[in-house]
Amino acid sequence: MATKTLITSARVLGGEEQDVLLDGETIAEVGTGLDAPGAEVVDAAGAVLLPGLVDLHTHLREPGREDSETVLTGTRAAARGGYTAVHAMANTFPVADSAGVVEQVWRLGRESGYCDVQPVGAVTVGLEGRQLAELGAMHDSAAGVRVFSDDGKCVDDAVIMRRALEYVKAFDGVVAQHAQEPRLTEGAQMNEGAVSAELGLGGWPAVAEESIVARDVLLAAHVGSRLHVCHLSTAGSVEIVRWAKSKGWDVTAEVTPHHLLLTDDSVRTFDPVYKVNPPLRTEADVMALREALADGTIDCVATDHAPHPGEDKDCEWGAAAMGMLGLETALSVVQHTMVETGLLDWRQVAERMSHRPAEIGRLDGQGRPIAAGEPANLVLLDAAYRGEVNPNGFASRSRNTPYRSLELPGRVTHCWLRGRTTVVDGKLA
Amino acid sequence: MQRHLTSAAELSRDDAVLILDTAEELARLADRPIKKLPTLRARTVVNLFFEDSTRTRISFEAAAKRLSADVINFSAKGSSVSKGESLKDTALTLEAMGADAVVIRHPDSGAPHRLATSGWIGGSVINAGDGTHEHPTQALLDAFTLRRRLVGAEGQDLAGKRVTVVGDILHSRVARSNVRLLSTLGAEVTLVAPPTLVPVGVEEWPCEVSYALDPVLAKSDAVMMLRVQRERMRDAFFPTEREYARRYGLDGERMARMPEHAVVMHPGPMNRGMEITAQVADSPRCTAVEQVTAGVSVRMAVLYLLLGGAEPAGSPTPAGTAGRPADAEESA
Repeated sequence: MATKTLITSARVLGGEEQDVLLDGETIAEVGTGLDAPGAEVVDAAGAVLLPGLVDLHTHLREPGREDSETVLTGTRAAARGGYTAVHAMANTFPVADSAGVVEQVWRLGRESGYCDVQPVGAVTVGLEGRQLAELGAMHDSAAGVRVFSDDGKCVDDAVIMRRALEYVKAFDGVVAQHAQEPRLTEGAQMNEGAVSAELGLGGWPAVAEESIVARDVLLAAHVGSRLHVCHLSTAGSVEIVRWAKSKGWDVTAEVTPHHLLLTDDSVRTFDPVYKVNPPLRTEADVMALREALADGTIDCVATDHAPHPGEDKDCEWGAAAMGMLGLETALSVVQHTMVETGLLDWRQVAERMSHRPAEIGRLDGQGRPIAAGEPANLVLLDAAYRGEVNPNGFASRSRNTPYRSLELPGRVTHCWLRGRTTVVDGKLA
Repeated sequence: MQRHLTSAAELSRDDAVLILDTAEELARLADRPIKKLPTLRARTVVNLFFEDSTRTRISFEAAAKRLSADVINFSAKGSSVSKGESLKDTALTLEAMGADAVVIRHPDSGAPHRLATSGWIGGSVINAGDGTHEHPTQALLDAFTLRRRLVGAEGQDLAGKRVTVVGDILHSRVARSNVRLLSTLGAEVTLVAPPTLVPVGVEEWPCEVSYALDPVLAKSDAVMMLRVQRERMRDAFFPTEREYARRYGLDGERMARMPEHAVVMHPGPMNRGMEITAQVADSPRCTAVEQVTAGVSVRMAVLYLLLGGAEPAGSPTPAGTAGRPADAEESA
């Protein structure tokens, strides 16, 4: 492999065409008419160059559910999607609630080499919501955990949530809350509304999310802590986060690609590929989420990539697992829902899919500008491409994508992790 | 008619009237010394029941047998399903055995739809009740009973008839199917329940909603009482059984305020003393027993129309339209 790479005529952040020279692990120069004898040349004419994407919310499933994904297959999927860093959620078996487990995941990520893997630590022991996990030990471990989440479950006890928010201030941590009031969502199968009424599926009301988001922003304000809200899914949650930000409180939020595109109308098929938590909401919610991502109320896009083996989806709705794949389609869905609608330009996409998530996760060397001296974490996108999603080509071990056969724009052609190619011509390096 | 019956919403007005008319013709069989037609000879109907329901199962069984079908009863209890076999593997097994129709009762909403659309089986799927979603043959037998009592004539729908459905709408597949079918047939439906037992989103249904029973009694041609499970009390849907019975139960005094021609319906099994008093249940205005009889005729009609005239399993898929029962009798 050449130590120097010259990317020619790339539209940096979607702007004017420029050349970008990579030398080793860093960006050496950005300009026009660059000349680098001996460098490997990538002709990027017309393609969009973005900083490597950063996902705050990925389920890599290892340890414990290697039948659905491993750190290796998950990071390969991430690279194909244009990601150079992912945060691995803690709901593994065993749960990532100790220094030992987070270090194991961190080490597996280093060995994979396809993207950085930053483990997320559980807030409470076993995700049970009763006793704080050893948050400090996870932070002090080699994994250097700064994001803590019981994702999949809500930290519903107000006192435990308050203590967690306070405690992680000692090491600039953040609690990422899966906002779901458990009593209001017993037996919940889909968004509560007109469609659930018709289908007779247990309702997951918007208020079950919004009541927790409201409580948590107030708690975070009270104790002066950082709060991050996972997968915002309702127009009401957007209003609460907007209000919290207007107060100057340190609250951030993410939205998933699927909540930017799909609605609960899909559930009429009873096809469990549309079963996800939080559930797909209404058209009005989708529009509010897009608007909030555009105006910055929602800070970033996070995939909530949730692989499941075939048998957990090839069944009746009630028996199916919740969750859908996201890494390999996220950028295309964002292009489709946000860029092609005029809501975001590519510079803003970089902000919401790279800079902000890296900032929230306090990740060093990720989400950086495309400029001389910065780490060479980059993704090159053929934005003019249009094609049907074909899960058979996925690098993920699972196939539970809701976008099968849907035509989406954009295709990642190249990806660089600290100057080393992870994707070349759309294929894993 | 389509190949499957998974939801009352799929039925057009003409489909529904055809089923009711066919059921009327088949009902006349019951008055003959030999109650059997050879129509479905050599066809196999599987009753696939993942939930206990003796009433519905034996009704389908009687219907299939009167059409000379071979009937296999597959109940989840004591079967491989309780050992963790998936719906898919169960379906593939039935397919391999050559089921022409699968009558499925399942605790999960949408399971029959999934069975019909997943490609796991080739035969017809008939929904015999799925979770809190639908129970289309119950709605058909209710419509059959209503038409006999209130309209009389065959070929007619239920235009302008006012039907009040009272009880646990939220958890009722019977209510969902009835709202769909009755409105398709032109009836005006009013749902009556405490607000806790009405689903969020009901505004989009083709019906009215009332939180009080008394004001709608005088305007009802039929009052359908739904079973209310006492366990709902524990989840705070209503305070006590007595309060529910006082506000929403049908007793003799309330029945007296209904128009003289109006009937009382109940899909069974009844909770006497809860949603209905013994006096009402045993009165000649209560059609509960007629509904059971209608159930067999209506299910015969559904099996007949979905399978009749078609080739046995393994043959190319038949066209949905079947000959009328009269033709079948001639060939007998």
